[in-house]
Amino acid sequence: MHAFDYIRAASLAEAERLLGSDPEAKLLAGGQTLLPAWKHGLNAPSLLIDLQDIGGLSELSIERDTITVGAMARHAKVARLEDSGATGLAMLAAGIADPQVRNLGTIGGSIANNDPAADYPAAVLGLNATVITNRRAIAADRFFTDLFSTALEPDEIIVAVRFPKVLRAGYFKVANPASGYVTVGAFVADFGDHVRVAINGARTCVYRDEACERLLSEDLSTDALHDYAVAPDNLNDDLHASANYRAHLIPRAIARAIQRLNETPS
Amino acid sequence: MPALESATHLLELALEVNGRPVRQAIEPGLLLVEFIREQLGLTGTHVGCDTSQCGCCTVHVDGAAVKSCTMLAVQAHGKSVTTIEGLAGGNGLHPLQEAFMAHHALQCGFCTPGMIMMADAIARENDEVTPELVRAQLHGNLCRCTGYLNIVDAVVAGAAAMRGGAHSR
Repeated sequence: MHAFDYIRAASLAEAERLLGSDPEAKLLAGGQTLLPAWKHGLNAPSLLIDLQDIGGLSELSIERDTITVGAMARHAKVARLEDSGATGLAMLAAGIADPQVRNLGTIGGSIANNDPAADYPAAVLGLNATVITNRRAIAADRFFTDLFSTALEPDEIIVAVRFPKVLRAGYFKVANPASGYVTVGAFVADFGDHVRVAINGARTCVYRDEACERLLSEDLSTDALHDYAVAPDNLNDDLHASANYRAHLIPRAIARAIQRLNETPS
Repeated sequence: MPALESATHLLELALEVNGRPVRQAIEPGLLLVEFIREQLGLTGTHVGCDTSQCGCCTVHVDGAAVKSCTMLAVQAHGKSVTTIEGLAGGNGLHPLQEAFMAHHALQCGFCTPGMIMMADAIARENDEVTPELVRAQLHGNLCRCTGYLNIVDAVVAGAAAMRGGAHSR
């Protein structure tokens, strides 16, 4: 395994300076993706900048209309939210990987990595959240750009994600039975006057199903999906699931997410 | 706690393991499980898969169950680590260890330390430990021998014994 240096940054300013001074440096959040990838030789950082000691990055703050999740908030902490303003965040976080991974994994790490088979990108896009970095606020619609790619600049650091409270939200994933990663997932959010639908696992990058959003904005029910079908074009096709199978799963994952809208709000 | 910086590829790690302070110079790339097993000789923590699937390497870091094959030792700098060797806190057995024996919750025993470390976290973090809760919370621990029924029984019984105060931690 490739050797690296390690520094625990004491402040955001220090982390930014270190990140900017070395193009091969990487930020270390929970490490639950970065370290397995490093063990497999899929990354070779010269320096890991550990963010765990930077004050305030793990906070959850609940305001009247928004919930702000600090970039270093562990999945387990979000899963324990008793009232996440019907954002569905607690439900989604409670379903990520397993308890041990949830004790370390973070929202910032998850969305910066932008694995198509990760859970959080679907919530961020489905809820029209805002990604707050050390220098700007980025709308979810502009944040996720492609496979493992985001709008982040090389020396930009996610500080928090701000979610609007919505009327209802639901998430359902078909998980790979061996790895637990998302084969196809759907996040449905009811904003009252419109509905957003984010699909993960199916393409190289999380995306909004705008045709389905139009249908559900008229009638937010599984009945509205009766004639809804998805073409396999542009869908991931791999040894776990063919494009045709993923096309088959998408409307069904959306239907299950709609069913969850009416479950306990969290 | 001194600042942790590496200029020479070796870091002066300071943490607490099973209640004892430990200081050692290590490579930044050393995994927590490698540090525990190879540097400290605490071989009760096992490596089953090395890919964060099996949970055999589960330890507690500041009380939270984590997979020590997927954490760097330096990430635990300044923290308190508990392994299976330190769980009972003395020479006797922890109630969960006794329950695993009583319920025949192991065959080869390879997954058992990780199962017990996760079970202890489940018992401490939940007011009521039901079979359903245990099944959900042991999602990250794999056993390839017993088929889990006796493990679930043992965790429920062990958690009840912990609640009884025999070994409160």
